Amino acid sequence: MAILRATATRVVYAVILLLAVLVLNFTMMHMAPGDVADTIAQSMGGADAEIMEQIRKDYGLDQPFPVQLGTYIGKVVHFDLGYSFFYNQPVVKLILERLPATLLLVISAQLIAIILGVVLGVISARNPNGLASHFVTGLALFGYAAPVFWTGILFLILFSLKLGWFPTSGMRDVTTTGGWFAEALDIAHHAVLPVFTLCSIYLALYSRTCRSSMLEVLGSDYVRTAKAKGLSASQVVYKHALKNAVSPVITLAGLQLSAVISGAVLVETVFSWPGLGTLAFQSIIARDTPTILGILFFSALVVIVGNLLTDLALRIVDPRVRSKQ
Amino acid sequence: MPALLKVENLRIELNTRDGISPVIDNLSLELYPGETLSFVGESGCGKSMTALAIMGLLPDKVGRVAGGRILFNGENLATASNERLNEIRGNDISMIFQEPMTSLNPVYSIGEQIAEVLRRHQALSNKAAWSKAIELLDAVRIPDPQSRVSDYPHQMSGGQRQRVMIAIALACEPKILIADEPTTALDVTVQAQIFDLMRDLGRQSGSAIILITHDMGAVAEMAEHMIVMYAGRKAESGPVQKVIESPRHPYTQGLINCVPHLLAELTEERPQLAEIDGIVPSLKDFGRDECLFASRCEFADTLCRSQRPPGFDFGDDQIAACWRAGEIH
Amino acid sequence: MSKLKPPISGQLEEEFKAQSPMMEVWSMFCRNITAMIGLVIVLIVLFAAIFGPTLYPGDPFEMVWAPFSRPGEEGYLLGTDYLGRDLTTLLVHGARVSILIGLSAALLTVLIGITVGAVAGYYKGWVEELLMRITEFFQVLPTLLFSMVIVALFGASLPMITFAIGVVSWPPVARVTRAEFLRIRELEYVTAARASGVSNFKIIFRTILPNALPPIIVQAALMVGSAILFEAGLSFLGLTDPNVVSWGQIIGSNRQYILDSSYTVTIPGLAIFITVLAISLVGDGLNDALNPKLRKR
Repeated sequence: MAILRATATRVVYAVILLLAVLVLNFTMMHMAPGDVADTIAQSMGGADAEIMEQIRKDYGLDQPFPVQLGTYIGKVVHFDLGYSFFYNQPVVKLILERLPATLLLVISAQLIAIILGVVLGVISARNPNGLASHFVTGLALFGYAAPVFWTGILFLILFSLKLGWFPTSGMRDVTTTGGWFAEALDIAHHAVLPVFTLCSIYLALYSRTCRSSMLEVLGSDYVRTAKAKGLSASQVVYKHALKNAVSPVITLAGLQLSAVISGAVLVETVFSWPGLGTLAFQSIIARDTPTILGILFFSALVVIVGNLLTDLALRIVDPRVRSKQ
Repeated sequence: MPALLKVENLRIELNTRDGISPVIDNLSLELYPGETLSFVGESGCGKSMTALAIMGLLPDKVGRVAGGRILFNGENLATASNERLNEIRGNDISMIFQEPMTSLNPVYSIGEQIAEVLRRHQALSNKAAWSKAIELLDAVRIPDPQSRVSDYPHQMSGGQRQRVMIAIALACEPKILIADEPTTALDVTVQAQIFDLMRDLGRQSGSAIILITHDMGAVAEMAEHMIVMYAGRKAESGPVQKVIESPRHPYTQGLINCVPHLLAELTEERPQLAEIDGIVPSLKDFGRDECLFASRCEFADTLCRSQRPPGFDFGDDQIAACWRAGEIH
Repeated sequence: MSKLKPPISGQLEEEFKAQSPMMEVWSMFCRNITAMIGLVIVLIVLFAAIFGPTLYPGDPFEMVWAPFSRPGEEGYLLGTDYLGRDLTTLLVHGARVSILIGLSAALLTVLIGITVGAVAGYYKGWVEELLMRITEFFQVLPTLLFSMVIVALFGASLPMITFAIGVVSWPPVARVTRAEFLRIRELEYVTAARASGVSNFKIIFRTILPNALPPIIVQAALMVGSAILFEAGLSFLGLTDPNVVSWGQIIGSNRQYILDSSYTVTIPGLAIFITVLAISLVGDGLNDALNPKLRKR
């Protein structure tokens, strides 16, 4: 029961956050110079004052701000984020087409970064002066300071142009035939460079966090108790210490999710990965406001859902979080 | 009857900023089956280090056994392999720590933490270990063990957690139970219960107990033999009754005077409560050839400050390492 | 019975040699070799940003030689880019914009973060609840996308870019500040100040803030690095003032030509990398020097 109530509270809070994103979106759109009428007129190749007036009336732009906001939110509730005059498609359709590619990139980068980060963190914590430990320190400096798009271009030059191991751009090869498995393999082949580029920043962050939390846990009283029970070294590390040491990494991964999506925008642009980032880049150049705002809304949605999942993961790992609510 | 545990001339060295210090210097002791031996002294005098050395749990790269032997049933634990120590730890020798609040793993249920040690050493099945865990919780007097067994440590009080620690320690009916200040972190009312529990269960399983404490009251109540430690050295040792009634070492006298009416009747007028001024010398001075207590001792003379006192025998096993022990009774 | 004397202690005074706290931090910092290397690099970049354009005059947009000439050819130290512009001039002029935006956006970030964090941590209750919810709200929006939207809607001028970076980056500063305020507001000297009727404004900024500064300073140093990276990302995407050069923009405009000349992309990227790395080394050094717990080691 308590868990149900806690979950309900979280969901209500998530909905409120989403509403706030909508209000912000609409306010920005309202404050920005130019409106929908201007965009339409532009795409028609110019229009006179009368037609502009008619368009404004049709789109309800003559209504007071709160009414317009209400209409906007009402539309969003019915999955209507407006119409892209640049792509001649509803924004929702446009975004849903691109969302899977971005999710694939973000989720695989996060998972690989977390798993590799924990592995590196544990190895370097068990041997603080070893090779892995120096690697983590170096990686942490690199991951923080290297612009992710530059890392991507370096990978591209090295692994794609010089070595020819991976394709330079896109997500699939149109000439691929041979069923879903060949197709999946093809996508995976295309995904290697973008995923590892995006991964590089967060792998550094997570491995450093895991190392320091592991070092702290290894010095804790309950690890000493585990040793005093006569458990083997691997049982002490992987059963007793690890489960405690991953909590900070999971928390951090949840906090970083919105940053990962930001990084994905840059990585997608570098590798022409057909996701939301490329879409955002193109629609900003095209000044396609509804699409840009739609992308902002959807990425906020992804972050909020991600945070709910993070919460769930923490609950599974740490019983103290479970009974806190 | 042969001694269960025999420590001979143990020396433990610790790496510190100022170099290597002997935190335990030339310590010998014998522990017989079923007996309770008490280690007494202020914090920082090396009591816990001795316990950790017996368990083979000295902190890596910081502390090490530099000399002497720790003989358990004739087997030297100081040179035993880690695999061998893992067989002994939790099974033949187990330990209870000072901090019940942090000594249990927060992410596993207490049932799992008790059952784990049974599976490890007694090759019990998961189910058998779990029902034995419930029995053990009942034995350490935790009410409603059937439902509490799946609780997590944060759902229990400090006293209850220490009971769980005792359950873990006694699960395999060890030959030796080491309790390192088991009640220091607990409320006074709970302290007595924990001591009662340890004494009763220790008797039932026939375990010998090494009780590390600075609580002279607990020593008088629990132990047959005691060792008073000061700055890594044995200051005085002997039967509890004898040492408390007629302490020979000024430090022992000081400790006893810290405790109000230890042996006095409650109705008697209470004497002025004394305290020992000053602090234990810093680690870097531990190796000096002098009486380390001299700087705090009103009886100290030039001999005390220039040569380490040997142990003087006062009969009935009572030994005091003080140059002037003979004069200042 | 026995009365025991206190121990003799001679070394105490030695350990507490009088030294001003600032000097102590500085001497601590100087002993840290990597931090000093970082500081030297930061100073060199600053020097390039301030005096570079004067020492290395010329219009960065001017075509001076054939495109894609390799570094060192015809006296052009780092070669030319796809428009035949001198890469050295571009880099030196770009340093000015990158550093300027990095510093001013970090300043804005810190100002917003400190204000929100201080008010939340000092007043507690519903004020804290509200402000922390707003902070969380800003953490839900992907920072780069959000500032892309701002720049796209309101124009790509330097002040707008600065604003767009500052307004999305402050939550971590606010969290650190709040945590420090929550801790310090319970200390005796704050209680004393409050009891003697000092105004809230004065307590926040005169009593608590100076004591809360060490972790905020470290955070601020890291924010400068983040802001430089952030600006590089925006200008890489072309979201920058088209009339000025910045490092990210050089990469963004040359990236289609990496087959012809990879150095037009790798060199400006290296400039960003080294600058941000140096700043983070300084930040780490400050962290060690300001953290009294670490100082003992």
